[in-house]
Parts: sequence; structure tokens; C-alpha cells
Amino acid sequence: MPGANSLALRLLAMALGMFGFGFLVLPPLYSVFCEITGLGGKTNQTAAVVAEAPDQGRSVKLEFVTAVNAYAPWEFHAGSDGMEITPGALYDTTFVAKNLANRSKIAQAVPSVAPQQAAKYFKKLECFCFTTQEFAAGEVKQMPVRFIVDSDLPAHIDTITLSYTFFDTERVSDASADLSHETAHERHSIH
Amino acid sequence: MVSAVTDAHGHGKDRGQDHGHDHHGPAKGWRRWLYATNHKDIGTMYLVFSGLMFFIGGTMALVIRSELFTPGLQFVAPNVFNQMTTMHALIMVFGAVMPAFVGLANWMIPMMIGAPDMALPRMNNWSFWILPAAFSILMSTLFMPGGAPAGGWTMYPPLVLQTGDAFPFLIFSVHLMGLSSIMGAINVIVTIINMRTPEMSLLKMPMFVWTWLITAYLLIAVMPVLAGAVTMLLTDQFFGTSFFLAAGGGDPVMFQHIFWFFGHPEVYIMILPAFGVVSEIIPTFARKPLFGHDSMVYAASSIAFLSFIVWAHHMFTVGMPLTGQLFFMFATMLIAVPTGVKVFNWTATMWKGAMTFETPMLFSLAFLFLFTIGGFSGLMLAVVSSDIQYHDSYFVVAHFHYVLVPGSIFGIMAAVYYWLPKWTGHMYNEKLGQVHFWLSTIFVNVTFFPMHFLGLAGMPRRIPDYSTQFTDFNSIASIGAIGFGISQLLFVYIVVQCVRKRGSRASDTVWENPKGLEWTVPSPAPYHTFTQPPHVGAGAAFS
Repeated sequence: MPGANSLALRLLAMALGMFGFGFLVLPPLYSVFCEITGLGGKTNQTAAVVAEAPDQGRSVKLEFVTAVNAYAPWEFHAGSDGMEITPGALYDTTFVAKNLANRSKIAQAVPSVAPQQAAKYFKKLECFCFTTQEFAAGEVKQMPVRFIVDSDLPAHIDTITLSYTFFDTERVSDASADLSHETAHERHSIH
Repeated sequence: MVSAVTDAHGHGKDRGQDHGHDHHGPAKGWRRWLYATNHKDIGTMYLVFSGLMFFIGGTMALVIRSELFTPGLQFVAPNVFNQMTTMHALIMVFGAVMPAFVGLANWMIPMMIGAPDMALPRMNNWSFWILPAAFSILMSTLFMPGGAPAGGWTMYPPLVLQTGDAFPFLIFSVHLMGLSSIMGAINVIVTIINMRTPEMSLLKMPMFVWTWLITAYLLIAVMPVLAGAVTMLLTDQFFGTSFFLAAGGGDPVMFQHIFWFFGHPEVYIMILPAFGVVSEIIPTFARKPLFGHDSMVYAASSIAFLSFIVWAHHMFTVGMPLTGQLFFMFATMLIAVPTGVKVFNWTATMWKGAMTFETPMLFSLAFLFLFTIGGFSGLMLAVVSSDIQYHDSYFVVAHFHYVLVPGSIFGIMAAVYYWLPKWTGHMYNEKLGQVHFWLSTIFVNVTFFPMHFLGLAGMPRRIPDYSTQFTDFNSIASIGAIGFGISQLLFVYIVVQCVRKRGSRASDTVWENPKGLEWTVPSPAPYHTFTQPPHVGAGAAFS
């Protein structure tokens, strides 16, 4: 049996260890877990090989959802309401964003795919979400996405929703100060 | 057993002089409390603090229930309402229930294992005195611009990051509460492992000591994880990290995973010591040894282990693959097995017992019955397919109040009635105690039972206004809440009268032949007990 002090120290070390587990281990573990399993709709899959035989005769409906995070001064929408796609074929589409602030801003778009089972089959070759996007004051940008949906997509999936949320890369507290009020009613434009 | 009795009686009073110490009485005035290292003084402070928090948190609950008495906005603005729900939960969980159990542990564990005091008395002083600081900080946020935290006690980002000036104070107070709990838990474990009287093997320990040992390990395992989670919130807000901010590659859902990795063991932290309390009380008033002592120990340990692998049942609706939902559903339902073992063991303890129904026993029986109702609604919530319907509805509110109020809080009240004569040397007023019991039990059901119906009918939680079809059940719940709140003033009156020695003198055993070392010392328990390790006597007394 350990003495009182050494037991107390061991218990303290256990508490510190659990703090480290929560603070240092869990977040990277969570990211890795989500990337492996495709949970959380993470779609950062980039296709290395595009030479796939399109699965002719199969049509999947692709829908777009765009949202702007609170306090981010952008107008943001998809170039089209949606499209019919064939798994295995390469497609291009465009999203449009306008900076409503009177100064330059840097945006980061975060993608998500629903249903989750589709996430790992949705592969983007090019996306405005891969990097941050810089906007001059009032600038309008056409932003391309090039993607392929793997032909291994499970047969029961007939609709995929691709959503992007636009974030201001500055801190929420900073951005709220210079948020121009005319954007307030246009924060969420969902197509 | 007999030798322990004579030991404590014969020499208890002058044992201090035997050791040549002449300062063994309590210090005078405020120094006794501020510098306290005596486990009984610190236990008393914990219990008084917890009672104070119980009434502050209860007042907030009454603000909530008054607002919900009728539809529409009556008394408070929605933002104030949200502050009340958030603060009510934080104060009740961290300020009332947890400190009450730590207070009981301080008072009783050394006396139940034959130890002279807690193992680390100065740290004990710290772990108590951090709490008033933590809650002063937390409650000061009520007066800050933007008000107190209003995003729910679960502190989910990104909503919680919109808290105004109160945000860093919230985080810091949670850090302090965590520190206090961890220090308290370390103290409990070291005391139990190192300071048991030599004749008491681990499996001879009373159930209250066992459940607290397991609780203390849970605290050490999960309170630091909560500290980690709120630290990440803090750095996300002020130091440019993106743990939970999607823009920087983080994920707000991760907070829910980390929070509930803490949060689910936390609910067992709040109930296991209550299991221990009723495991002490039911045998005394059924006049039979606890049925299946060892299986109770294994059941409590199994519950503690399982509590680490069920957290995602709090968040079935975030979107999770079917295998994940099934795993967390079945793991959750598995907890019903060891919990069932405990419930059946308590029932079997009473089987053919010579039962009497003094106030502690009444509270224990109500605990047994009403906690089980809360357990069953928990099983309903564990079913993924129906949980999607129940999620964030009043059904959830009904469920966790059934396990916390007639569960944890009735356990605490039962413990106070059971051990109060030992602490004060006087009996409480039994008639008033029973009146308090019946008022509490009736009103607790009037308050929380209609919430099941509200939830099943679709009323969401955390709203200050509601659709008119929910009016009747809300009014009933509000009446119950006000009744329950007023009934607790009677509890204070009974305890104060007992402390002021208005009742008859309590004998050393207080009840009829209760088992346990705490009944071998005089009533009131002297300032120092068991400066010599006592004899446990026949092992059968404890198993």
C-alpha cells in the first residue's frame, strides 16, 4: 500500500493526465476519427485518379445549400439550384459571393455533405473551400468547384446535398463591430 | 463491536489529554471555520454551503416556473429566462448536489472507517474554501453587462461564445469548481485507502464508503476533461484557436462529445453517493443486513465503468452512423442491469424485515420508487428511434429531474435526517420530519410528472413562452414547484431546531441497533473521534 502522500501525488498525476487527454489528445483524435470514417460530413476528399467509367443509366440529384455564418458580411449563393449528376463523371459548378463590407475581407468556406454515407464518395478536385478567399470591398467573385462522385456510391442514395457555410476569418467579436447593418436580413440565403 | 463501543465511550472525552495536546477543542470565532482542518467542521461548512446554494438555485427555478405558469411573457425577458435556466443548472449541479455529498463524505467517511480525520486536512480546507469564491464569481455575472451565461449549462459552442462579459468568469468559475472537486476526490480516496482501521478490509467497508470511493475515481477521471473542454472554449474565444470553430477547421460537435464524456460520468457522480446513503438506511430500518453487499459493490463499479461508454446518447440528433447509434443505445440500456441489481437488492433487504418508517426511511423508500421512475424514462430516452422525438423536449427535463430531485436530493435529505442526531446529539422533530417528507414527495411529483406529458406532446425545453395547449400541465407543474420550494423552508426549520438542541437527547446508537462504526461514538460525535483505530467487531455487521 502506498503512503498517503505518494497516493495523493499519483491521483494528482491522474487528474493532470486526464486534463491532457481532454485538451491535447481528444481533438486530434476526433479529427482523425472523422476523416477515416467520413463522420461529421467531412468532405476533404480530393480525387487523385479521375479516369473512372461513368455509371451511365444512374442519375443522382445534387442539391446545394449555402449559408453565411452570423456576423459574416457576405451574400453567398450557388450558381444553380441543383443538378442531375451521374456517378463517375466529372462536373463543374460555380458559387457566387459578394462582400458587403466596405473594406477587404477574407472568407473561409466550410463544406459539408449529407447524407453522411455519401461524404466519402464526394470528391472535390478543385474547390474554393480549399483555401481562404480574399475579397476587396464590394467585390463579387465567381468561385468554381470541380468534383466527381465515386461510382461506388451506395445504390440507395439518390439525393446528395452539398452545403457550404461562409465564415469571416476574423474573430466573431471583431467582425460584429463593423458588420454593416444592411446585411442583417441577408445573412442566410439558402438555395 | 462491543469493545469498540466501550473504547469510544470510556476514553473518548479525555483522549486529547492523553496525547499531551491541549488545543484539541475547536478554535474560537471565525478562525475555527476559515482555518478549519477538522473533517466535521469542513463537512458542516460543505452542507451549509450546499443548503444555501440549494435555495439560490431553487429561487431561480421558481422564477422559471412562475414565468411558465401561463403562456406569454409575464415576469422576465427571454434573455433573463435563459440566464435562469443556465444558472439554476450550474448552481444545483456544482453548488448544491456535489458539495452536499462531499460534506456527507467529510462527516461520515472517517467515522465509518474508524479514521481520526481526512488524510489531507489542509487540502480539505482548500477544496471547501475555493467553492464560495467560485460561486461568487459565477453569480457576479448576473450583474454584468449582457447578464449571466444564458446558453445552457452544457455551454455548447458557438452559442456560449456569444456570452458577453460573463464568459471568462463562467469558464474560470468552472475551473475552480473542478479544482475543488478534484482535491475533494483525492482526499476521499487517500482517506479510504490509507486510513481504514486495520481490521476493515475493502469488502468490509460500508456501502456509503464504497460508493464514494468509486465516485471519487469518477471525479478524478472526468472533471479534468471538463476543465480541458472549457479551456478550449476560452482559447477559441480569446487566443485564436479553432477547436470548435468551423471556419478554422474545428467542429462544434466535438465539444458535445468532450462535454458528455465528462457529463455522463457526472450524472453517476451525483447519484452513486445517494445509492450509498440508502444502502445504509434501508438495512437499519428493515432491521436486516444489506442484501448482497458484495454484489452492490460490483454493481456500482459496473455502473461507473459503463458511464464512460454511453455519452453519445445525449446527442443522438447530431447525426451519427447507425452503428454508433446502436452501440450507444445498447451500452446505455446495459446500465439498467447493474442498476436493477441494486434496486432488487434494496427490495430484498426489506423483504420480511421488521420495518419502521421514520423520516430517513421514508425518504429512502421514495428514493427507491421515484428514482426508478427516472431510470425507466431514461431507458425510453435511450431508444434511438424515440429519442429523436424526445430530444430537447420537456420529457428530458422530467427524466433528469426525477433522477436528481427525488434521486440525489432525497438521498441527501435522507442522509441528513439519518445522521443529524449523531451530529447534534439531539433528535429532530419526527412529526415535522414526516410532514416535510409527505409535502416534498407530493409536490415533487406534482411538479415533474406533468412534464412527461408536456414533453411527449412536443413542448421544447428552455423556452420562456409556449403554445396554449400546454397551459394546464405547466400550471400544475408551477404550483407543484412553489409547493416544493416552500416545503423546504420546513426542512431548514427542522434542521435548525435540531442544531439548537430543541429535540430530545439522542442515544449513542440513535436508531435501533444500526450497523457501522459511526454509531459507536457518543452523540453528539466529539470533535475528535477514533484517535485510536477501533475494532470492527464481527465482520457480519458490515456485510
